[in-house]
Amino acid sequence: MADRDYTAEEMMTVAAARQLANGTVCFVGIGLPSAAANLARLTHAPEIVLIYESGTIGTRPDVLPLSIGDGELAETADSVVSVPEMFRYWLQGGRVDIGFLGAAQVGRFGNINTTVIGDYQRPKVRLPGAGGAPEIATSCGEVFIMLRHGKRALVDRLDFISSVGFLTGGDARDRLGLGGRGPTRIITDLGILEPDPASREFTLTTLHSGADPDRAKNETGWPLKIAASLAVTPPPTEAELTSLRELKARTARAHGSAL
Amino acid sequence: MAEIVSLAEAVERAIHDGDAVAMEGFTHLIPFAAGQEVIRQRRRDLTLIRMTPDLIYDQLIGAGCARKLIFSWGGNPGVGSLHRFRDAVEHEWPRPLEIEEHSHAAMANAYVAGASNVPFALLRGYAGSDLPKHSDRIRFVRCPFTGEELAAVPALRPDVTIVHAQKADRKGNVLLWGILGVQKEAVLGARRAIVTVEEIVDRLEAPANGCVLPRWVVSAVCLVPGGARPSYAQGYYKRDNGFYKAWDAIAREREGFLAWMQHHVLDSADFADFERRLKVANG
Repeated sequence: MADRDYTAEEMMTVAAARQLANGTVCFVGIGLPSAAANLARLTHAPEIVLIYESGTIGTRPDVLPLSIGDGELAETADSVVSVPEMFRYWLQGGRVDIGFLGAAQVGRFGNINTTVIGDYQRPKVRLPGAGGAPEIATSCGEVFIMLRHGKRALVDRLDFISSVGFLTGGDARDRLGLGGRGPTRIITDLGILEPDPASREFTLTTLHSGADPDRAKNETGWPLKIAASLAVTPPPTEAELTSLRELKARTARAHGSAL
Repeated sequence: MAEIVSLAEAVERAIHDGDAVAMEGFTHLIPFAAGQEVIRQRRRDLTLIRMTPDLIYDQLIGAGCARKLIFSWGGNPGVGSLHRFRDAVEHEWPRPLEIEEHSHAAMANAYVAGASNVPFALLRGYAGSDLPKHSDRIRFVRCPFTGEELAAVPALRPDVTIVHAQKADRKGNVLLWGILGVQKEAVLGARRAIVTVEEIVDRLEAPANGCVLPRWVVSAVCLVPGGARPSYAQGYYKRDNGFYKAWDAIAREREGFLAWMQHHVLDSADFADFERRLKVANG
């Protein structure tokens, strides 16, 4: 669509924000999830409870944090708790509805790799590591994953599982005896993928307005199945776009450059 | 019992080659000045412990101070890689770096276990993750009451913990607030603890439930205003996000990194001199 006045990145953020219902308790990863979660809070979900692993509960930042523990998060939070308390009482305690994670790589069964490309002992690329994600992935009611579509991002087989999704698919996750439903959607700049109810392989169920389903296929590392009843994400509304752009502009001013 | 001494003296006395040293601060109150003093005093073979190895550990690793790193997330937050950490793991430069890798939840629990004087921490953790396959420091035990399987990691008991805080009083009692990370647990689990502070005041005026490190759990208190920069101290100064972004280019290549470290850190007399040099370099 040549005349659209929004970017694929903006569409992705808006589509992700719309997945978060008002009043949800959401454990937020830094980067893309943080932008989407705050857009939700500033638009349709003013009562959403945003939790960052640095210990900030119910935070309402005016600008997006660069790090997971920016002062802005602490100053606008209902409460700031220590990191052990965060992981023990609030996350492990089962108080979180949605864990919202970014990822370097996600596999066809929703497992996440943020550790290494190549062999663990002799990595080709050493990534930052798991951080809070292994327990976010297993302790929340469900997990949303957000990343840009690409063959190196959505891969058939991961070199390393940092945080579990559905493991090898089918009932493999169920056999681990975890609470929570695991990853229920992957939101990209092209659409939304959801696990097949039986195989748990991620399937394209929603295409964003203006995105091309063939491109989604070509940019996915496994033979991407497309749902028979493929939904379409409506384009961003003017209110959503304005809110997102103002948030990004405030953030750019605060950090000295655009994020 | 806490003594109020210079940072150089505190590091000289408390940190020895081969020690296990935790410098904590979860984004907030990262003890940069103290870490740089460790580099200046050329400590070697350290086991460095930190949940989020930040720029300060990138500097320590690149400067060759570390033999081993115990951590759970090693990146430049919001920016990308820690290039010196990556170079050490990927290419053993400037020396091989042994790693012991955990999740945040496990590290936080391991600090609690250290402070609580028990040998290991228990958590619902690591299910389905490949991390336990590559580490004998992550194991699974059965609950004696329910039979449930839980993850276990050894307690963290650093030889020395270093943290930065907002205030101390003249006796050496310390008060910190804002994002507290694992600082209290890391101090209470350590044999020795150094605390750098923004200011030393007559009266601490801590609120009833404030996070206070009483002077009898601290070895040394050092007055180092700005000592957490480029991270931040709530109520004093903001995070220097510009420096975090600039670090990416400074640390990317070995030569540039070494030259930067030599001029700014190794040739500087102390943290105040380091900050003067940084100011000059930035015009």
